[in-house]
Amino acid sequence: MTSRPHALLDTAAEILLTPGGLDLEALDVGLGHVLAPGVDYADLYFQRSWHESWVLEDGEVKEAGYNIDGGVGVRAMAGEKTGFAYSNQITADALAETGRTAAGIVRSGTQLAVAPRVISQSTVRYAALDPLSGLTAEEKITMLKQADRVARAADPSVAQVSASLTGVHEVVLVRASDGSLAADVRPLVRFNVSVIAVKNGRRERGSAGGGGRYAMARLRDENVAERFAKEAVRQALVNLESVDAPAGQLPVVLGPGWPGILLHEAVGHGLEGDFNRKGSSAFAGRMGQRVAAPGVTVVDDATLADRRGSLSVDDEGTPGQYTPLIEDGILTGYMQDKLNARLMGMAPTGNARRESFAHLPMPRMTNTYMLAGQDDPADIIKSVRRGIYAVSFGGGQVDITSGKFVFSASEAYLIEDGKITAPVKGATLIGNGPEAMGQVSMIGHDMELDTGIGVCGKEGQGVPVGVGQPTLKLDELTVGGTAS
Amino acid sequence: MTQAFDAAAQQTQLEAGAEQALALARRLGADACEVGASVDQGVGVSVREGEVETVELSRDQGIAVTVYVGARKGSASSTDASEASIRAVVEKAVAIARHTGEDPAAGLADAALMATELPDLNVHHPWPLTTEQAIDLALACEAAGRHEPGIRQSEGASLSSGEGVRVYANSHGFLGSQRGSRHSLSCMLIAEDAGGMQRDYDYTSARDPRELLAPERVGKSAAERTLRRLGARRPATGRLPVLFDPSLASGLIGHLMSAIAGGALYRQASFLCERLDTPLFPEWFRLEERPMERGAMASSPFDNDGVQTRNNVFIEGGRLASYMLSAYSARRLGMETTANAGGARNLRIAAPLESREALLARLGRGVLVTELMGQGVNGVTGDYSRGAAGFWVENGEIQYPVEEFTIAGNLEAMYRGLAGVGSDIDTRGSIHSGSWLIDEMTVAGG
Repeated sequence: MTSRPHALLDTAAEILLTPGGLDLEALDVGLGHVLAPGVDYADLYFQRSWHESWVLEDGEVKEAGYNIDGGVGVRAMAGEKTGFAYSNQITADALAETGRTAAGIVRSGTQLAVAPRVISQSTVRYAALDPLSGLTAEEKITMLKQADRVARAADPSVAQVSASLTGVHEVVLVRASDGSLAADVRPLVRFNVSVIAVKNGRRERGSAGGGGRYAMARLRDENVAERFAKEAVRQALVNLESVDAPAGQLPVVLGPGWPGILLHEAVGHGLEGDFNRKGSSAFAGRMGQRVAAPGVTVVDDATLADRRGSLSVDDEGTPGQYTPLIEDGILTGYMQDKLNARLMGMAPTGNARRESFAHLPMPRMTNTYMLAGQDDPADIIKSVRRGIYAVSFGGGQVDITSGKFVFSASEAYLIEDGKITAPVKGATLIGNGPEAMGQVSMIGHDMELDTGIGVCGKEGQGVPVGVGQPTLKLDELTVGGTAS
Repeated sequence: MTQAFDAAAQQTQLEAGAEQALALARRLGADACEVGASVDQGVGVSVREGEVETVELSRDQGIAVTVYVGARKGSASSTDASEASIRAVVEKAVAIARHTGEDPAAGLADAALMATELPDLNVHHPWPLTTEQAIDLALACEAAGRHEPGIRQSEGASLSSGEGVRVYANSHGFLGSQRGSRHSLSCMLIAEDAGGMQRDYDYTSARDPRELLAPERVGKSAAERTLRRLGARRPATGRLPVLFDPSLASGLIGHLMSAIAGGALYRQASFLCERLDTPLFPEWFRLEERPMERGAMASSPFDNDGVQTRNNVFIEGGRLASYMLSAYSARRLGMETTANAGGARNLRIAAPLESREALLARLGRGVLVTELMGQGVNGVTGDYSRGAAGFWVENGEIQYPVEEFTIAGNLEAMYRGLAGVGSDIDTRGSIHSGSWLIDEMTVAGG
C-alpha cells in the first residue's frame, strides 16, 4: 500500500504531467534548464484549477460560470535575485523555454546539480477530493433557492436577496532543485448570502457566509443556506436600527471569531519574513522582545483540519505547520518561505504561498489566531463604562512600516455602563500594531475561528486565509464615527 | 531575458478563436453567443538597494464565452485558448445554460447599437526594452531617491511594461479588436526618526513610454513624499474641512460611479437609487466621459457589449444627469444602455479650477489628506469612514504631518459639500481630477 504523499503525487502527476507527455524524470531535465551557472535554487510549480460559481438573484439562478486555469511557473534564484517566467503549456518545450528565461537572472557562477527527489512527508489536512462533484446542478440550485426563501420569509423588510455557491478544485505539484517534491489536492468551497433590507426610507445590507476545504455536499449537509440566510437578515435588521458611531479614542471590545482580522492586520503582516529580512516592518529586530500585553499568544496554524487557510504542504513543498508568533506577549517567530528563511538563517515555516503558477511565492499567513484567555466574555463587557462592542468586520489594511492598521466594522454596538445598547453604523477603527497589542487588557475564554470567508491581498496576490480570536478588550483605539 | 510579441499575429489568432467559438455555439444550439478573448505580455523588474531583486516575464491569455439558450444564460472561461480548450469552454457554457433560470433581461445588446466606427485610438505603444535597460531605468529611479539625506533605506523601484490585444465578438456579427500598452515606473522609500519609520512612494504610468516622467524625478519625488511624513502627530478630534489629494479625489468619483452603476441600482444596493435628475453636487460641477479620447488610459470605441461608446455626461449643473448602464442593467431598469458595459472610460471634470494654494487658503484650519486606508465605504448607505494620513493645516498653511486618524461622513453630504476642485490634475489613471475641498467631515484622532 502506498502512503498518502505517494498517492497524491501519482494523482497530481497524472493530471498535470501526463497530458503533456511529461513524468517525474522529465522534471529533472526541466530543472536542468533553470539551474544555469550561478543559480543556487530553482523550482517548477505545476497547477491546474477548476472553478465553478452559481449566483442567485431575484429568486432565480441566472448566472453560473466555470473556469479552467493551469500552467507551470518556473523560478530561478541567485542570492537575493529571482528570475521568473511561466507558461500555460505544460510540455517539455515550455519547460525548456521558461527555464532558460528564468535563468537569465544571472550570467555566471557555480553550476549546481539537481538534488535527488525527496518526497515531502506532509500530513494531509483535508481530503484530496473534487469539491465540485458530489452534488448535481439541481441540488446546487436548490440550496441557493432555499437561502432566498428563508431570507424573504424572515422579515418583510427584506427587499433583495443574493446568494452564491462557489468551489475550486485545485491540483498542484512542486519540484525544486534542493530535492523537494510535493503534491497537493486542495478543495475550497464557499456559500454566501447578502440581503438588502428597506424600512422607513432606510436601506441597509447584511451578509453572511463561510466554507472551507471540503466538498460542496458538506455545505448542504450542514444546512448553511438556512443558517447564513438568517444571519444575513439579522445583521441587516440590526443595521436598520443603527445610530451614528462615536468619534475619538474609546475602549473597544471585539467579539470572538472573524474580528481576529485585527491580529491579521495589526501583527500578522508585520511578522512575515520578507518585511523583517528587509527591515521594513515595525516589528523588525524585535525578536525576543515584548510586543504585546502579557497573556497574548498568537499563532499561525496551517494544520487545522479542513480550514480555509490550511495547507498540507505550502507552495514550495514545505509541510504546513503550527508556528507560534507571539507567546505571552513576547515575539517568538516569523512566517517564512525558503528565500527569506535562508537569508535570515532560519528554517522555512511552510508559509510560502502564491495566488497561482503565474505569481511568485511570498511568506503569507494561513490561519492566524489568538489563543483563549481566562476571562468571561460577560465580565469583559461589564468592565466598560463607555465604549464599542464590534462583532463583524468588512476588511482591513496595514502599513507594515509605520505599524498603522485599520479595520472596518460592519456590525457594532455601543457599550454604556457595562451593557450593550444601541447598534452603531459601520466605522473604521485605526491603531498602531505594537501599541494596540499592548492595549489588550482582557482575553475571553471563548476562542472561535471565523466561518471561512477571508481573502488576504499582498502585492496584488489574493490567497484564502483564516482568522480567529476570543472576545478581547483593548483599552483604547480610535473609532472613526461621526457623532460628536 | 526577452520574449517577442507579434500583436498582429496574436490579433489574427484571437479573432479566429472567437469566430470558432461563435460557430460552435450556434451548432450546439445556442440562440446567441458572445466571446471575449485577450493576450497580454510584459516584463517587470524590481531593484532594491542598488541590486536586482526580481525579473518577471508575464504572458497571460484567456477566453470567456457566454451563451444564451432562449432566456437562459451560461458562461465558461479558460486561460488555454487552444482549439480543444475553446471547444470544452463552449460545451460547458451550453451545459450550464440548461440549468440556469429564465431571465427575460438576458441577451446581447441590440444589434443596431453595435459599434461601426472603430478608429485607432493611439493606445498601443510597445516599448522595445531589453531586461538590462529596464533594470537600468529602475536603478536610476531608486538611486535618485535613496541617496537623499534622511532616507534610511529603499523598499525598491519597479518598472513594468506590457502590451496586449483584446477581442470582443458576438453573434450579431460584431467583432472588435483593440491593441493597447501600459508602462509604469515606481519607487518606494523608508525614512526614520525617533518617532519610528515612515514609507511613501511615487509612480509614473502611461500608454506611451515617451510620456513617462524621468526616472530621477520619480525617485526624488518618492523621497520628498517619504521625508515629509516624519514627525507625524495625531490631529485632535472634531468637525473640520478636508482637502483630498488628487489621487484620492479620483476615488471619491469612483464611489459615485459605483453608486450610479446599473448593477448596484437594480439590486437596490446604492445610496443613489431613484436620484436621477436630482441635485447631488454644487451647480458649477460637471462630470463627463470621453471614451474616444486619443491615447488615454481607458479609451475604447466599443464597450463590453460591443456597443459604440459615446461622450456621456453623468453630472450636469450639479444634477445626476445619467446613470451608468450596460445593456443588461438597462433592461433591468427599463432604460437604454449608456455604453458602459465594463465601466466608465476616461472621466473628466468640467468646473472652475483653483490652485492648491487657493484651496488651502479656503480650507483655513483642517486636514490635507494624502493617504487613505481600509475599505470603510458603504455603497448602500453612502456612509464613509476611513483611516487617513496627511497634514495639519492652520491659516491656510501646512503645519506638520498627521497620521493615525479617521475621516468620516456620508458621501451624499460630501458631494453636496464639495467646495472647490484643484488645477493640480492627476492624469495617471482613467479618472482625471485635481484636489477636492470638502466643507466638513468628522476627524477622529488623539
